[in-house]
Amino acid sequence: MSKIREAFSNSKAFIAFLTAGDPTADCTVNYILEMERAGADLIEIGIPFSDPTAEGVVIQEASLRALEGGITTESVFQIVEEVRKQSQVPLALMTYLNPVFYYGYEAFFSRCHSLGVDGIIVPDLPFEEKAEVERVAARFGVDVVSLIAPTSKERIRTIAKEAKGFIYVVSSMGVTGVRSKITTDIAGMVKEIRAVTDTPCAIGFGISTPEQAAEMAGYADGVIVGSAIVKLIEKYGANAGEELYRYISSMKAAVK
Amino acid sequence: MKENMVSRGRYGNYGGQYIPETLMSELIHLEESYEFYKKDTDFLKELDTLFNEYAGRPSLLYYAEKMTKDLGGAKIYLKREDLNHTGSHKINNVLGQALLAKKMGKTRLIAETGAGQHGVATATAAALFGMECEIFMGEEDTRRQALNVYRMELLGAKVHPVKSGTRTLKDAVNETMREWASRVDDTLYVLGSVMGPHPFPMIVRDFQSVISREAKAQILEKEGKLPSAVVACVGGGSNAMGAFYHFIEDKSVRLIGCEAAGKGVDTALTAATIATGSVGIFHGMKSYFCQDEFGQIAPVYSISAGLDYPGIGPEHAYLHDTGRAEYVPVTDDEAVAAFEYTAKTEGVICAIESAHAIAHVQKIAGSMDKEDIIIVNVSGRGDKDVAAIARYRGRDIHE
Repeated sequence: MSKIREAFSNSKAFIAFLTAGDPTADCTVNYILEMERAGADLIEIGIPFSDPTAEGVVIQEASLRALEGGITTESVFQIVEEVRKQSQVPLALMTYLNPVFYYGYEAFFSRCHSLGVDGIIVPDLPFEEKAEVERVAARFGVDVVSLIAPTSKERIRTIAKEAKGFIYVVSSMGVTGVRSKITTDIAGMVKEIRAVTDTPCAIGFGISTPEQAAEMAGYADGVIVGSAIVKLIEKYGANAGEELYRYISSMKAAVK
Repeated sequence: MKENMVSRGRYGNYGGQYIPETLMSELIHLEESYEFYKKDTDFLKELDTLFNEYAGRPSLLYYAEKMTKDLGGAKIYLKREDLNHTGSHKINNVLGQALLAKKMGKTRLIAETGAGQHGVATATAAALFGMECEIFMGEEDTRRQALNVYRMELLGAKVHPVKSGTRTLKDAVNETMREWASRVDDTLYVLGSVMGPHPFPMIVRDFQSVISREAKAQILEKEGKLPSAVVACVGGGSNAMGAFYHFIEDKSVRLIGCEAAGKGVDTALTAATIATGSVGIFHGMKSYFCQDEFGQIAPVYSISAGLDYPGIGPEHAYLHDTGRAEYVPVTDDEAVAAFEYTAKTEGVICAIESAHAIAHVQKIAGSMDKEDIIIVNVSGRGDKDVAAIARYRGRDIHE
């Protein structure tokens, strides 16, 4: 079983996202470990990109803060290296295709493999373009996570059939960010996915409260929370550990 | 379905559709609609009428006799896209896309703009078609081009100052993409250049190719032969792609794209993508980009807001790699000198963007034969630039 599958094996999974290097690389290492202790089943580490077109304001600003702080693709791998000295929590990297392309696919995925990064999420890599990295990622045992959006409709089955790791079900139109209400027919989307695959589904975009998390977990195998976590880090900076622990614990309890 | 779900819109290795899943269905819908309407005689007739009766096409191919004599070599013709309604080539693409949007049942147009030329053209088309219009413009640019902001508002558009990132053109593109991803049903993103994910580079090129279709017929009528060179400025590259397109098959015609070198290609203050950039994947396409050693998109600079973009359209990247077209850098200083030269020599105040192309013509015309012909695309008029050029020359004039 891949480590990502493992994250879904016990109960519903809680997937936590944070932007690497916001506010510092050391903080990122600590926050990952803190979130694992609080019950996060899988951690998504964002490699910041200068122009994150699928991101709302919260993650955009975190990305810029991290880049201004001097974070690079290389230093994100160093963060992973530090985490791996202390933890075997399943890890996925989230970034845009250009930093990966520029690092070199072979070098990037080989590095992921040797550091125990289990998956990668690339919002600007749709099904049509996945040949770009598919083979080399597979060769190094890294799952390239597929995203399915409210507009995917007749594309859902085709995408789901070939999905690896888990399926990222995008709950809402637009970009990442906290939403008061999610109006998409998530149950319908998951039903379409289930018709062709048993790859786990996790729902992301807009989820911030335990109530939303509980509701979304009812439709799928897990929930993904990003902006709400990044907001806490924005607010508490280098002292966000306790707040993160409290928040993640409450979210994990809600999805169980 | 599966067979169709492969990478589309390739120019050699470049192009593609590197875009969030949320937009994929709409891009496919757009492509299918375009493939249908581009063969639809009613659509083509309507577009032709818009071009001829509204935009003022065909644009003149003007023999610049004084410039020719002064430079002492090749015969120089100016393709006068500056005489189009709204003052630039941008209207060609916008009328095409707005008409397509109408046929697709869309009621709202959104677009990015740098200096405001594309925003003004889009707002114009939206007014004409009775559509809603929202324009995204870097906050920095809304300050530099306050007059164009008011112009767009006058045309009924809502202008959103973009406060993210570097607050310039690339950020305006980011924000328009984000807006489109949140509302696709009634909205078309009228992309302003031959860039972005497929099908935009193809659609924009096709609508802009009217430039070379006309120019080719005009030069054959006036001179009975093809030009030796076609010269155009390149940011994203839509006027150049339009000016090159129908000459690509004529191998004897040199195609020359002039990039904005800003303060020089050996400085950080440049926007010359081919000269200083490298291959990357951004804004939906694989192409050349100005970027740092970690693939972060670099801030770019040019005196010309219309060329101030860190990438270039994928078909240009392909024409560059195959050697079919040449790309040369032109500095701010050279462009400003050409701006003034064209005004004094021919009585034409061209856009600072177009002045980059004329600057290169100044460099090459003299060493060419008198039998040679150069067509240079005057992509836009320079009224918008007058105050900035005055300031460049130390005269503190504001619009």
